[in-house]
Amino acid sequence: MAALRQRGARFAPSRFSALGLRAIVLVAVSIALMVFDHRQNELGTIRSALSLVVWPLQRLVEAPVDAWESISAALATHRQLTADLESLRGAARETDLKLLRLESIEQENVRLRALLNAAPPDAERVQAATVLHVDLDAVRHRVLVDRGTQDGVSPGQAVIDAGGVYGQTTHTGPMTTEVILLSDPNHAMPVQIERNGLRTIAVGTGDPERLSLPYLPRNADVQVDDLLVSSGLGGVFPAGLPVGRVAEVRRDPSQPLAIVGARPSAALDRDREVMLLWYQRRVPLPAEDPKPTERGATAKPADRGRKP
Amino acid sequence: MSGERQARIALVVSSVVALVLTGLPLPWTLDVLRPDLLLLVVIWFALMRPRSAGLLYAWGAGLVLDAFRGIVLGENALAFVMIAYLVHRLHLQVRMFPLQQQCLVVLSLLWLYQFTLFWIDGVSGHPLTDWIRWLPVLTGALVWPLVTGLMGRLVTRG
Repeated sequence: MAALRQRGARFAPSRFSALGLRAIVLVAVSIALMVFDHRQNELGTIRSALSLVVWPLQRLVEAPVDAWESISAALATHRQLTADLESLRGAARETDLKLLRLESIEQENVRLRALLNAAPPDAERVQAATVLHVDLDAVRHRVLVDRGTQDGVSPGQAVIDAGGVYGQTTHTGPMTTEVILLSDPNHAMPVQIERNGLRTIAVGTGDPERLSLPYLPRNADVQVDDLLVSSGLGGVFPAGLPVGRVAEVRRDPSQPLAIVGARPSAALDRDREVMLLWYQRRVPLPAEDPKPTERGATAKPADRGRKP
Repeated sequence: MSGERQARIALVVSSVVALVLTGLPLPWTLDVLRPDLLLLVVIWFALMRPRSAGLLYAWGAGLVLDAFRGIVLGENALAFVMIAYLVHRLHLQVRMFPLQQQCLVVLSLLWLYQFTLFWIDGVSGHPLTDWIRWLPVLTGALVWPLVTGLMGRLVTRG
């Protein structure tokens, strides 16, 4: 092969054909990679090896932003800091009070569930993660967070922030994990209107300030300002997490479906601190046979979200 | 020989810089205008230094970009190899072109690249039909004179 290449360098025609051959081989390898990666998701090891290669580069991108943040923190005035401290203290007091009430409610909940002979609620564990300042794509809503398989992260895990549901994990590397945001056009999740328990699907629109609920019939009981929570179907998001608030409802008499838009509760385009959620479903899914869930589009959105 | 070695170093350095600039956080309005810098670097090497940067380099650069962006592995690799092959075939002609004409060639190459990605996205079930995805084609062709100038400084002709 080396001899062939040597000779090829001297004679232009054969060099070009060798070039063409190499191009064809590389194109074939690329297509094989894509097929395996897309259809079977079997390239875990290659993917994590490559993500280890690009990890230092991603940290390099992060460096100037980090430096800027530490400089601006160092230059913050005393007055500003005291003001921040004051507001944070106030916020902490408020949360403490809420927490006190929450504890009593939780105990009450356990008692009531015992009375009803129902299973306890789903167990949860959270871990904080920082969103890296790496622009993955201008149009797609994906971010990179600084936790990976080393921290036990796996694909298809819920990610939340202080406001509500943020997205779910897709690809995991040893150090980093890619998260698809709620607002990505390829993401959909099962939700429920908190007021009346009406279940539907919230689909991303590509706008971080808007979700779409395209599968509600025109006469569905949905109003502006209704809170949407995760319904717990599909198995990715635990039930009851806030997802967004209905922002607009339009009912066109000529259309069978209402046009419903919602505003996500999470600060999708501003947040740096997010939470990765591990939860164990203690209560089995209400419909364990796959057929109704498949058609009810509960299993599907999770699947859709997981693929890149 | 040392020229070859210097070209190799320049290859690695410029690819890393291009990749970092690809990931640098920008406000959204600038983000959609961001040219595909790594591809421009690949095109430059295929055009000016085809001996030190073969197709394997283009393929590897594309693969790393795929991993960097977290998209289907092989998508950019495939597109990069196609572009690099074309440039390798045409480099003797295109090198002689005046700069404006080179920009036009780069424009069509970038369009072909974007079209390949568009097509693969469609086949893999994630179509993205927004017109803004074609903006980097234009900006890429516009920054080509800058890229050739900088790269020409970095790699002395040998």
